[in-house]
Amino acid sequence: MSNTKHIVALFKKDLLLEIRQQYTFYGILLYVASTIFVLYLAMGQPEDKVWNGLFWMIQLFICVNAVAKSFLQESRGRMLYFYSIAGARDFIISKLLFNAALMVLMSITSLVLFRLLLGDVLVNPLLFTGIVCLGGCSLSLVFTFLAAIAARAQQNAALMAILGFPLIIPQVLILMRISNIAFSDVIQSGLGQLIGLLVGLDVLVIALSVILFPFLWKD
Amino acid sequence: MRRYWWKILSIVLLLYAFTAGFLVKLPQQVAYEESNMYESMRNFFFHVPMWFSQMAIITVSLVYSIKYLRNPVLKNDWMAAEFAATGTVMGTLGLTTGAIWANYTWGAPWNNDPKQIGAAIALLVYLAYFVLRNSITDIDKRGRIAAVYNIFAYFIYIPMVMILPRMVESLHPGGKGVEGNPGLSGNSLDPAMRAIFWPAVLGWILLGVWISTLNVRTRVLEDRKLTIA
Repeated sequence: MSNTKHIVALFKKDLLLEIRQQYTFYGILLYVASTIFVLYLAMGQPEDKVWNGLFWMIQLFICVNAVAKSFLQESRGRMLYFYSIAGARDFIISKLLFNAALMVLMSITSLVLFRLLLGDVLVNPLLFTGIVCLGGCSLSLVFTFLAAIAARAQQNAALMAILGFPLIIPQVLILMRISNIAFSDVIQSGLGQLIGLLVGLDVLVIALSVILFPFLWKD
Repeated sequence: MRRYWWKILSIVLLLYAFTAGFLVKLPQQVAYEESNMYESMRNFFFHVPMWFSQMAIITVSLVYSIKYLRNPVLKNDWMAAEFAATGTVMGTLGLTTGAIWANYTWGAPWNNDPKQIGAAIALLVYLAYFVLRNSITDIDKRGRIAAVYNIFAYFIYIPMVMILPRMVESLHPGGKGVEGNPGLSGNSLDPAMRAIFWPAVLGWILLGVWISTLNVRTRVLEDRKLTIA
């Protein structure tokens, strides 16, 4: 399978870039930490519902910032090079994978910070960690594709937020409903259905990205 | 006559819907005994067709976006954009008529109902589509990127308004544990109301197509003027 080889190579390239130019990675990490710290100064230790709402809103902003640079950092010439050696589909799949991994890392970091600073309100921490990983993936998938669109329109992160925030609402609504479960002792019914719906949406987003991305890069 | 019969049909259907919608006898039980809708139930003939036609019109916009990606001629892009614009107008009207109705029946114009949220998202998505279009100056690139966003947004928006409202409690019909779909309640529609509702839907869709195609024709003429001059 040369496709898998391409995807792995591109993924490795992103990882290497991240390791060599560490300022971007630590930049986002610092962004996460300082945002949550400011939140802590402003809010103290809020109650469950506020905690949950704040957590996902912060994830949203982290995601915009973490993912936005993934297409903006590549120059036009380099894009053309990747396009000709690997093909657009492999390229977008590697980006989706890389951003999902990056976002999961950031989500877990912010979960730790949230629990440290804004109070440990979780009843079911293990379950919530799982939800956070899934949520981080879902957010990053949508924003990766929107970052591709925004990069093509030669625009900044602001356009990405305008395009993305309405489209991310279903995911965020489902995530909030799922994560409410982690705040209570009783397992609510319909958890499996909600998770299934979220995974279904993710699959839809991946399929749309893979189908539509080649059209974005045709010139 | 052969080519514009549907425009006449649209006018006739809408005139019929407006007259009959205000004159028909409402089902006593649904309008007066089981709910507090009373005469405001007549808004059903105006508010709900707005959303049905919005869906139909943005689906046409989607089709032209797909067509543009397969065959990038400028007219497909204009069609997609103008149909999206008409869809947005229909959505705004749907939201406004809904807010008036909600004000009388539910006590406030905005109730954070799942379907109101869905409606607001629809408007945000399509406004973002126009912001994206206007941010790109190159015509071919604009068409392609806008088409990609249009398709992507449509396929996220439709499952959202089809599935999410059914899963949660809602003031609208068709929420969790209530009969019917997100648009219509199951059995509160009597045959007399159906006979006005569906013609109204068709009438509004035809009017939407009419407005959109007129706008596209204007664009074509402007474009021709530019190329001649």
